[in-house]
Amino acid sequence: MKFKQMTAIAALALALPTLSLADADDDKLVINGELELVTKTAAPAHLDGALDEIMSGWHFRDDQTQAMEMDDFDNPGMLGVEAALDAWDTVDGSEGKSCASCHGSAEESMKGVRAVYPKWNEAAGEVRTLEMQINDCRENRMGAEKLGYTSGDIVNMVALITLQSRGMPVNVAIDGPAQATWEKGKEIYYTRFGQLDLSCASCHEQNYGNMIRADHLSQGQTNGFPAYRLKNTKLNSVQDRFKGCVRDTRAETFKPGGAEFTALELYVASRGNGLSVEGPSVRN
Amino acid sequence: MADGVKPRVKAPKKAAAGEAVTLKTLISHKMESGQRKNKDGSLIPRSIINRFTCEFNGKSVIDVTLEPAISTNPYFEFEAVIPEAGELVFTWYDDDGSVYSDSKKVAIG
Repeated sequence: MKFKQMTAIAALALALPTLSLADADDDKLVINGELELVTKTAAPAHLDGALDEIMSGWHFRDDQTQAMEMDDFDNPGMLGVEAALDAWDTVDGSEGKSCASCHGSAEESMKGVRAVYPKWNEAAGEVRTLEMQINDCRENRMGAEKLGYTSGDIVNMVALITLQSRGMPVNVAIDGPAQATWEKGKEIYYTRFGQLDLSCASCHEQNYGNMIRADHLSQGQTNGFPAYRLKNTKLNSVQDRFKGCVRDTRAETFKPGGAEFTALELYVASRGNGLSVEGPSVRN
Repeated sequence: MADGVKPRVKAPKKAAAGEAVTLKTLISHKMESGQRKNKDGSLIPRSIINRFTCEFNGKSVIDVTLEPAISTNPYFEFEAVIPEAGELVFTWYDDDGSVYSDSKKVAIG
């Protein structure tokens, strides 16, 4: 009797459609009740065969975390933006300049910048991230010390710059001179690393919407970076997150700011071409 | 005083008499638990906000005791009934003796 009941329950469980708890939801992201962001859209052409639809990581978080991002007052990432606004006007280095000396107000001069970064820099002959560009300014124009690549100060500044592009579609260039770097990033994305033998694609392309232990796997989009993570209560840069992921595969990680992660950042950003710039976002 | 402490308050500028309004407050603060150690192994002294109060025209709206388990950048959201025009005063008390405060005027209309 007992055995029969058990099999009946098992049969019932099998008959139910498999509902994944970690699937993306269909909520709409509207910030401050006025700015609606594109968080789901058709995948860019280069993802043909890999993904049909691209989704912001926002959809994979629970309602309370999502709500924190929908109001700038509730979003603790804005604390970093405020700190960066002060730094923007602060003179540093031997040249007696601040960011504002050349760039004026960040609200105007930095509009749309984040949407196209990482970007090919003709003079330097390399693909540059925002962090590299900030440090280049500090070193060569301000005569100031470089900031640590994933330090709090630089992430805050990236958050300030990112905010000025919020709502604009991510649109990084992957052709022309940036193509070689992009190809390299793509190769890293699909290469398995570490003792766990995982590539980025193993989790974020083949298994998004499933659980990885207690957490939800997203598509690993970078449109929301810098992201304020509740687990470490600070803004996190893209390459810091890459480092965390590669470490979790039990591999030696690449260096944030190095050529490998910069190529990967360009490639991953291109996978989000079409999504709105969302940073600074809130994630757990 | 701890570094980078800045109180923030979001309150409506106007309310109907007797209306319950939503108040949101957030203060940037490390909330150092007193359990962590420095690189040289010495204990970092505890520095948390241990009390938060809100008053309206001198009358208490809320009075909260905070404990070390409360996160960095503590955030409070609560409601207050506004019977008349006046001023909301928000005060945070730090373990190290510092007091941070902010105020918002509310008009009736």
